[in-house]
Amino acid sequence: MSTIRIPPVLRETVGGSRVLSASGGTVAEVLADLFASHPALRDRVTEDGELSPFVNVYVNDRDVRYRDGLATPVGEEDTVILLPAMAGGFG
Amino acid sequence: MSGVPAAAGTGSSPDLLAAIGNTPTVELRHLAPSPKVRIFAKLEGANPTGSLKDRIARAMIEDARASGALRPGQTILEPSSGNTGISLAMIGALLGHPVRIVMPDNTTAERSELLRLYGAEIISSPGAEGSNGAIRVAADLAAADPDLFMPYQYGNEANPRAHEEGTGPEIVAAVPEVDAFVAGLGTGGTLTGVGRYLKRMRPGVRVIAAEPLPGERVQGLRSLDEGFVPPVLDESVLDDRYLVSYRDALIGLRSLLHVEGLFAGLSSGAVLHVALRVAAEMSAGNVVLLLADGGWKYLSAGLWTRDLDELDDELQGSILW
Repeated sequence: MSTIRIPPVLRETVGGSRVLSASGGTVAEVLADLFASHPALRDRVTEDGELSPFVNVYVNDRDVRYRDGLATPVGEEDTVILLPAMAGGFG
Repeated sequence: MSGVPAAAGTGSSPDLLAAIGNTPTVELRHLAPSPKVRIFAKLEGANPTGSLKDRIARAMIEDARASGALRPGQTILEPSSGNTGISLAMIGALLGHPVRIVMPDNTTAERSELLRLYGAEIISSPGAEGSNGAIRVAADLAAADPDLFMPYQYGNEANPRAHEEGTGPEIVAAVPEVDAFVAGLGTGGTLTGVGRYLKRMRPGVRVIAAEPLPGERVQGLRSLDEGFVPPVLDESVLDDRYLVSYRDALIGLRSLLHVEGLFAGLSSGAVLHVALRVAAEMSAGNVVLLLADGGWKYLSAGLWTRDLDELDDELQGSILW
């Protein structure tokens, strides 16, 4: 099972959890497993089956949009991080 | 000022604004993973107020004055986590514009002090809302008072243009064979502007963003509907995007100082962390990283001296990037 980190803004949809576990070999499979147990998360993270433009998904520290998107592989030891799109600091 | 070339090397500048840009680039010989992979750092801390934001502040204000959007003596209002505000405060003071900066209340004391020294007024926004909170407060203030002029670095095309016309050409002049460029992601202006120039001049170059993993206590948004992709960010120029924890940024920051003698700000530590990963995956080539500011505005935070665990915990609730 891989580890999923949930940002504060999405925790209400997963009963307040900060970290969850889910199984699957790709980002799409991991998210599907997560949505099965936490259906309220689906509408917040995806739009028409694609990642919402306001949510960024990382496997470990790399943004999946610049890899293989939802097909990006996820290993058992990997951490999937969900983050809202935000203005960076440093401005 | 407009039309006046910035001085290079040891020449004199006609005024302080003309001294913005043309920053030095140095090779990081000790941190390079092999003789065939060279790493170069562009030192934006050499700008007049100590950060790369002098470039975009000058560009946005000159643009607005030229178009008439900013009238003589009109007050400038801007959301900023520090550097852009300080640059605008310096330029506003020189050109006769009062400056108000909306800044999260959990940044370092040096930033507030510098803003006040330049005569700017500081309006605090809730630190827990991060930069998004500062943007929200500034937008409300601007909507309520049409006499305020907001350059709005997140949506102002003069921001990436300053980098496309200035920073990018300077990088290619210093390192003509650049293969990868790494910079921090804030407004997106640096990566967009430099990225556009590099992609034109060096097809095949990789443009890579380092972004902060937000602190657990600074997650910025009250709801996802407030999610925000800065309008100036052109994601099509990015080839990869890495999240960097505060801990890794701090380790990078200390390496810069102890290994290469470079005293830089926290985002530079994160950029180094990513640049070293990129360099490690290359068999040969040149990596250029951009160090956005010097370390002076972070001294009070003890980034170089305090225990890493203690700092990491404290940074979860502040905005130092």
